[in-house]
Amino acid sequence: MFKELTKGIAKENPILVQVLGMCPTLAVTTAAINGVAMGLAVIFVLTMSNLVISLIRGFIPDKVRIPSFIVVIASFVTIVDLVMHGYFIELHHVLGIFIPLIVVNCIILGRAEAFASKNGVFASILDGIGMGIGFTLVLVLLGGVREILGNGTIFGYHLFPASFKPVLVMIMPPGAFIALGFIVGIFNKVRS
Amino acid sequence: MVGYILLIISAVLVNNFVLARFLGICPFLGVSKKVETALGMGMAVIFVMTMASVITWVIQYYVLVPFHIEYLQTVSFILVIATLVQFVEMVIQKTSPALYQALGIYLPLITTNCAVLGVALLNMQYMYSFMEAAVFGFGSSVGFTFAIVLFAGMRERIELARIPRSLRGVPIALITAGILSLAFMGFRGLVK
Repeated sequence: MFKELTKGIAKENPILVQVLGMCPTLAVTTAAINGVAMGLAVIFVLTMSNLVISLIRGFIPDKVRIPSFIVVIASFVTIVDLVMHGYFIELHHVLGIFIPLIVVNCIILGRAEAFASKNGVFASILDGIGMGIGFTLVLVLLGGVREILGNGTIFGYHLFPASFKPVLVMIMPPGAFIALGFIVGIFNKVRS
Repeated sequence: MVGYILLIISAVLVNNFVLARFLGICPFLGVSKKVETALGMGMAVIFVMTMASVITWVIQYYVLVPFHIEYLQTVSFILVIATLVQFVEMVIQKTSPALYQALGIYLPLITTNCAVLGVALLNMQYMYSFMEAAVFGFGSSVGFTFAIVLFAGMRERIELARIPRSLRGVPIALITAGILSLAFMGFRGLVK
């Protein structure tokens, strides 16, 4: 049982191993805090959709399962969107359209199809939490690397003396691709 | 008229959907191993994104706004897109089996392409008129196709290069995309 929780962190990490959900990963990680916010939103949606889908998996006809999963996921995404808009307006502004776009995040539909539609409720919840944590860790790592190099700060705190010249390109789009490329490369090196 | 041309140039080159906005990364990385398949995917995306822009605009301003149910935007848009993709698939299958053969496998994949939902949401965020939404949808999808075909050409060359083992596959693809994105930053300031 414990394995369902931990497999998402390294062995089957959604970003580093399965290469899913790349759009929000690259887009929102201009700072570590954005990674935390996006990660928490995904953990919530992933856990809740896994929970609901594993509960209703017996009633859904096989042919319409994908649209049904999407409706379940879209409902939880709407909840996250409204809550963030209500309580964390600044983060909502920074993450922008990537909050509603959690609907088409392949990780969530992927887990629904590959795990929650075949396993029990408890295992599905653990799977959702584990995969969500694995996703969040990579987002925070990537956000941290980009924030340190591109802005000289981490979670908003200054790390370097004023003479430090940040590598501005790291918080621009090319920096996201290059930093993630090297993170996946280092991960592969460590794993093998 | 000039406005529409500027909108297209800005969507294709300046704010390229893939390389500057990070929308549609999954197919961009997944279906870019060969130029021909990349082109096929691009053509399917151009069609679906332009149609989706037009239809979601009508849904937003003739259904959601009059009934004050804008909070159902995410759910209704994703259902419309899923239905549209299914419908397009059926029509192409009946009318042009040759085109269906060429595009067949990519069509279902487009539902989870976040560029499609992304363009629909951006059209609403920027409050585009009907014509502007259609032009923006077309321009953005042309930008997607442009980027994925260029990228596929580069990846075909990379196949032949000697790359450190741990960087093979996804990492080198991401780094290449980063360099391509860097090149596209040269278009900044072309359109204000």
